Amino acid sequence: MKKTFVLGALTVAGLAAGAAQAATVDDVKARGKLNCGVSTGLVGFAAPDANGNWGGFDVEMCRAVAAAVLGDSNAVEFVPTTGKTRFTALASGEVDLLARNTTWTFSRDVDLKFTFVGVNYYDGQGFMVPAELGVSSAKDLDGATVCIQTGTTTELNLADFFRVNGISYEPVPIETNAEAQQQYLAGACDVYTTDASGLAATRATFENPGEHVVLPEIISKEPLGPLVRHGDDNWGDIVRWTLNALITAEELGVTSANVAEMSGGTNNPEINRMLGTEGNLGEQLGLEADWAMKVISAVGNYGESFEKNIGENTPIGLARGLNALWTEGGLIYTPPFR
Amino acid sequence: MVKYQGVTGIHMTTLTDPPKETFRLSMLINDTRYRSLTFQAIAAIILALSFWYLLNNLFQNLAAAGLNISYSFFGESAGYDINQRLIEYDSQSSHGRAAVVGILNTLLVAFLACITATIFGVVAGVLRLSNNWLVSKLMAFYVEIFRNIPVLIWIIIIFTIMTAVLPAPRAFRGDEPAASMLFGSAAFTNRGVYIPGPWFSRPLFDVAVLNWLLVLAFLVGSFFGARALGRWATKVQEATGDRPVTWYFSLGIWLVPFLALMVIMGLSWEYPALKGFNFSGGIKIGGPLIALWFALSIYTGAFIAENVRAGIQAINKGQTEAAASLGLRPGRVMNLVVLPQALRVIIPPLISQYLNITKNSSLAIAVGYADITATLGGITLNQTGRAIECVLLLMLFYLTISLLISAFMNVYNSSIKLKER
Ligand SMILES: N[C@@H](CCC(=O)N[C@@H](CS)C(=O)NCC(=O)O)C(=O)O
Repeated sequence: MKKTFVLGALTVAGLAAGAAQAATVDDVKARGKLNCGVSTGLVGFAAPDANGNWGGFDVEMCRAVAAAVLGDSNAVEFVPTTGKTRFTALASGEVDLLARNTTWTFSRDVDLKFTFVGVNYYDGQGFMVPAELGVSSAKDLDGATVCIQTGTTTELNLADFFRVNGISYEPVPIETNAEAQQQYLAGACDVYTTDASGLAATRATFENPGEHVVLPEIISKEPLGPLVRHGDDNWGDIVRWTLNALITAEELGVTSANVAEMSGGTNNPEINRMLGTEGNLGEQLGLEADWAMKVISAVGNYGESFEKNIGENTPIGLARGLNALWTEGGLIYTPPFR
Repeated sequence: MVKYQGVTGIHMTTLTDPPKETFRLSMLINDTRYRSLTFQAIAAIILALSFWYLLNNLFQNLAAAGLNISYSFFGESAGYDINQRLIEYDSQSSHGRAAVVGILNTLLVAFLACITATIFGVVAGVLRLSNNWLVSKLMAFYVEIFRNIPVLIWIIIIFTIMTAVLPAPRAFRGDEPAASMLFGSAAFTNRGVYIPGPWFSRPLFDVAVLNWLLVLAFLVGSFFGARALGRWATKVQEATGDRPVTWYFSLGIWLVPFLALMVIMGLSWEYPALKGFNFSGGIKIGGPLIALWFALSIYTGAFIAENVRAGIQAINKGQTEAAASLGLRPGRVMNLVVLPQALRVIIPPLISQYLNITKNSSLAIAVGYADITATLGGITLNQTGRAIECVLLLMLFYLTISLLISAFMNVYNSSIKLKER
């Protein structure tokens, strides 16, 4: 374990420079596959099904980029990463893109030198406790044992929250969501804390979800989004505009069902520009003219992907809330395709 | 291919001088006396060059990526909490302090595991040679099962069993709790074991540590007292042939001052009690520590058992027979004749087992134990992104500790070596 760790670190150092110079998009095309870092398993966001096929909200971000660049949403190699290993994986070039419930923070952007291309889920950190404990507020958690995933913003927020409120706790640092769930259900910790979306996804897999409550306090801002390495702006643009295409498609009513028809030409110039029947936006990105058409026919628009994976009709049952389009009172907004 | 020069000159004495030889470059390859040196020098130069190349490459790439080796993050506040702290620490403390907390935790678990692994190993190794078929087969079973399954698996198995089988603290709550404390004073929970903790009601010093140091000083004093007594007994034995009976006297040297000190300082016990979510009071031995400690000891104990068996079997059977013919009982044959000689065979491989324990303790993160790999090499590395710096320090730490352990054990080894007079 230690050895791979050292090698990993040396690879970061050894490859960082090389990776920054080579064009990632050329590597991906030459390889014929997109290497995409996802979580080790968080139902609704990124988890393999019984046949080993990955699915989820973050997974579809990967598939969308693969569809845009390679024209094939299945040309993705999913690399499971933990909170701890994800940044090394991205910095070393092991993955081209990280889509793993990752919070956009100042230090990750500036100090770790990653480019967050946007936000695909506005989240915040919450707490889950067994209902039988009768706790109704996070401020009642004095002395509790808390399970957290290491290498996350979660552990820093937690320390701040308890210190500011003058209460104490005992952290149980854990590497993956699956282990945390096991510890929490065995009662080795009283509380599980992570992003509220993660809590909902974790609770959905419990035998009796009703026996666990999510406390009302949201103690942080966790804007989650896909990220790439600094230094390859063209690649950053491709990922950014793939995300923007998903969102814009929802805004303009382009869905996986009608995209084929619409790509024959519509009387909305922005749809035409996005789908490549007008202008040369695809060429400017270094992609095919119909890149966005392929993205949307593969994974649907932002709203479709949300509803299919984590929406109110799934076991995870997340409401759009902050993640509704700006036209519907949410924060999801993109710059125009022009 | 040594060339002798003709004798020149007029002095007869030169005739008896050893023949002079001139050195030619080709001799570096052709002369067996130089050849190995030549090749060693070449190898050393190549090695140095490749290290230089690697390091240079590393620094160039770091610079190109806009990274630089800097330890300034060491002074910045860490921002995370640690569940087992042997020194004062909170989330506002620095990354450097978090590393020290980790170091102490590593040393603690390594120290505990070395002791228990040695006990397990010696017992299993001696019993494996027992004439009792069942006992020796049981020990063989222990050795084969434990040393042939990776230690990481053992750590996880033990931890998983602990969390699944032992009750959560909340099971102790209520009028008819599902679980109850052992003798009303110790609680075995899936978060750890809580036992009564000693404290002093009439401490001599305000700082708690000083009181404990005083206790330690008393014990050290008793140790030397008992040793002096033993020496005196040996002297008497050498002079008169009879060894005076001293055990009750020795017991007194150990107990009387110690008990007196305890009475003076008012030794009391604080019992753990369920308060809120957790037990508090007394001493908590955390679940991760127990799992790691137990797994490391039982795993390494299996290796040590084999060392011990090898050491004992290396002693000539004639030694045992000779000792027996002198009328020594089997226990004394083992203690006085076989083991002292066997130790010489046992100690060197024991050193490497101790090193293994220390290094294997870096698997701690698997169960969330906050050792140096988990703090400095885990959370700190991750939150600061300073991978190279943290990993270099980690390597330095494990190297230093390993060298210290082997230096210490080597000193011990030479002290029990066969002394030739
Ligand atoms: N957003 C936080 C936390 C991310 C995180 O660890 N999320 C958890 C639960 S929401 C996760 O994705 N776990 C999946 C896994 O263990 O692989 C961060 O970026 O630091």
